[in-house]
Amino acid sequence: MTTPLKPPKKKDPQKRSVVPTLPPLGRSRAALGLTVAAAEGRFALQHCAECGAVQYPPRDACMQCLSADLDWRDTPSGGKVIAETRIHASPDPYFRERLPWRMGTVKLDAGPVALVHLHGDVARGDRVRLSLHLDKASQGVIVALPTERTDAMEDDPLMRSLTAHPRYRRILITDARAPVTLPLIHALQKAGASHVFVGEAESWRRWPGRDSIAALENVSIMPLDVTDTDSLQDLAGEIGGKTDILINTARFVRPGGVLGNDTVFARDEMEVNVLGLMRLAQTFGPSMASRTADGTNNAAAFVNILSAHALSPSPGYGAFAASQAAARSLSQTLRAEFSHSGLRMMNVYVGPTDDEWHQPLPPPKVAPSALARSIVDGLIEGLEDVYCGDVARDLAERWRRDPGVLERELTGGGS
Amino acid sequence: MSVHAEKALADMALALASGAVRVVDLTHRLDPDFPVIILPPEFGQCARFRMEEVSAYDHRGPAWKWHNITMNEHTGTHFDAPVHWVSGRDVPNGAVDEIAPENFVGPVVVIDCSEGAAENDDFELTPDVIDAWEAEHGPIPEGSWVLMRTDWSKREPIDYLNMEEDGPHSPGPTPEGIKALLARGIRGFGTETVGTDAGQGSHYTPPYPAHYFLHGAGKFGLQCLANLDQLPATGAILIAAPLKIKSGTGSPLRVLALVPGEAE
Repeated sequence: MTTPLKPPKKKDPQKRSVVPTLPPLGRSRAALGLTVAAAEGRFALQHCAECGAVQYPPRDACMQCLSADLDWRDTPSGGKVIAETRIHASPDPYFRERLPWRMGTVKLDAGPVALVHLHGDVARGDRVRLSLHLDKASQGVIVALPTERTDAMEDDPLMRSLTAHPRYRRILITDARAPVTLPLIHALQKAGASHVFVGEAESWRRWPGRDSIAALENVSIMPLDVTDTDSLQDLAGEIGGKTDILINTARFVRPGGVLGNDTVFARDEMEVNVLGLMRLAQTFGPSMASRTADGTNNAAAFVNILSAHALSPSPGYGAFAASQAAARSLSQTLRAEFSHSGLRMMNVYVGPTDDEWHQPLPPPKVAPSALARSIVDGLIEGLEDVYCGDVARDLAERWRRDPGVLERELTGGGS
Repeated sequence: MSVHAEKALADMALALASGAVRVVDLTHRLDPDFPVIILPPEFGQCARFRMEEVSAYDHRGPAWKWHNITMNEHTGTHFDAPVHWVSGRDVPNGAVDEIAPENFVGPVVVIDCSEGAAENDDFELTPDVIDAWEAEHGPIPEGSWVLMRTDWSKREPIDYLNMEEDGPHSPGPTPEGIKALLARGIRGFGTETVGTDAGQGSHYTPPYPAHYFLHGAGKFGLQCLANLDQLPATGAILIAAPLKIKSGTGSPLRVLALVPGEAE
């Protein structure tokens, strides 16, 4: 049985905040496939294209037939714990702080035997579900979970370190006016967030919906404009030290291609979607990165919402797609910069959203509540790449298969 | 230069030095959070004032501090040139860089509408209001700036723009009101609100009559003014020189008034 987390006590101001340490970082190129799958919440292992053997640990040649043709494929995640061990001593600073540490040997239904981290609710002899997660070093590791949900299983210290669960965390949503913000507040509160700060740009403009956010308990509306460095510095000075999860919902989108469109709108798209992200990361990132080992409500994730057309443009939204591609690129650099601290950079890719700027488009469109659910699910699972809705999933799949073909299809070259 | 003019300037210098003539600043601070006009979102918008630090005595420039600033021509306290409006597109010398500089210094009268505006957010400047003002203060001199005082500049930002679901609500002139001012040969018209037109000005015929008629007649606009309560109804001098922007339709600027001071 997992002991449920207790609400964190106020910090002792005479104690030094714990400096984050990381588990071992180095991986072979082959092993990075585990990280990619973990970032998306998939359980994937290498399969030999010649003989079909499933491989673990990742390698460059098939352990049975020596073929170098190994593909990463989603793999059945069932298994059985055949041995368990408890480690009481380690020279590694990360594990030393967390001893004793439980590991188990699991025989996978898919074939291989793997040495994995054990959830507190599994023991030798148990049937388990294997799951790939990103550890604090942003590397994929395998965890054995109970096959059925157990009480408070996400509160297990191992899971708490592998995810960015909102429970007892303080969350900043950057744009109160974004359609996703209200359902997102509800979803975060349902998941146990202790406080939600909501940024409001241009408080001199009245807008419908403000009252319904202002009336919520444990929600504060704060002045924040991602295009205004001063406002970000002011707010980071106020709440930067207690922002555990930041979710950037600020977005500027206008339809139109490139030739007939307006650089005034394109500039706003760049200001909000690209430079806004950069300013947010510069003002809130460093204090969040310094607090990733700060107790129960440590800083855990920086969340950015991207159009799936960041991968390949939709010509109907040319300049917007360019801003999304640029934002994606920034987020990848930020991910590298945050990885030294254990702060997670989560990108949520979404297809056309059901809002005023996609109104004439045919369905399917992503409802704000569906986007909110994907964000919170991604935090609970500890993902770094989330695809919300069929359009985003399909686009990502086609992009992985062949970016060139996808480009031609999207730009009218396919029939 | 005539002896008379030399004496006038010398007297002015003395009066400024002694405080007999006082300088009043009618300008709001250029602030990222100061309201700008809001149009339907499918139209291009007025850029807000933004400032990014280039260096601040640091590795980006060890001995100096400076900023890049961005804004629209119509951000903050600003000047509207005739070419701002479609009715003034063919006015000769209608852009800020073409307007002769003598236009930037001149007499100013203030019509106090603050009582009416306190009671009615949509208070209108009508010919009746103008006639009543003239009955008290005499005819509006030709070539004057006319400023509409509403004390709007003292409002909180949210009540300043006063945006409702049916658009903003703020005082301004009716079409007849602005035509009555033009008939008196004014130089331009200025307000404390975010535009020279009323918040609901799009519902007049023609829409935005102050912009339409003023600029069609080659006259100027000033908006987002402050401290109009420190101006006398008549007798002050306004200094309002826009930046010399090539083909500019307007410009943020520092607006100053010379008023009779207390000291002698």
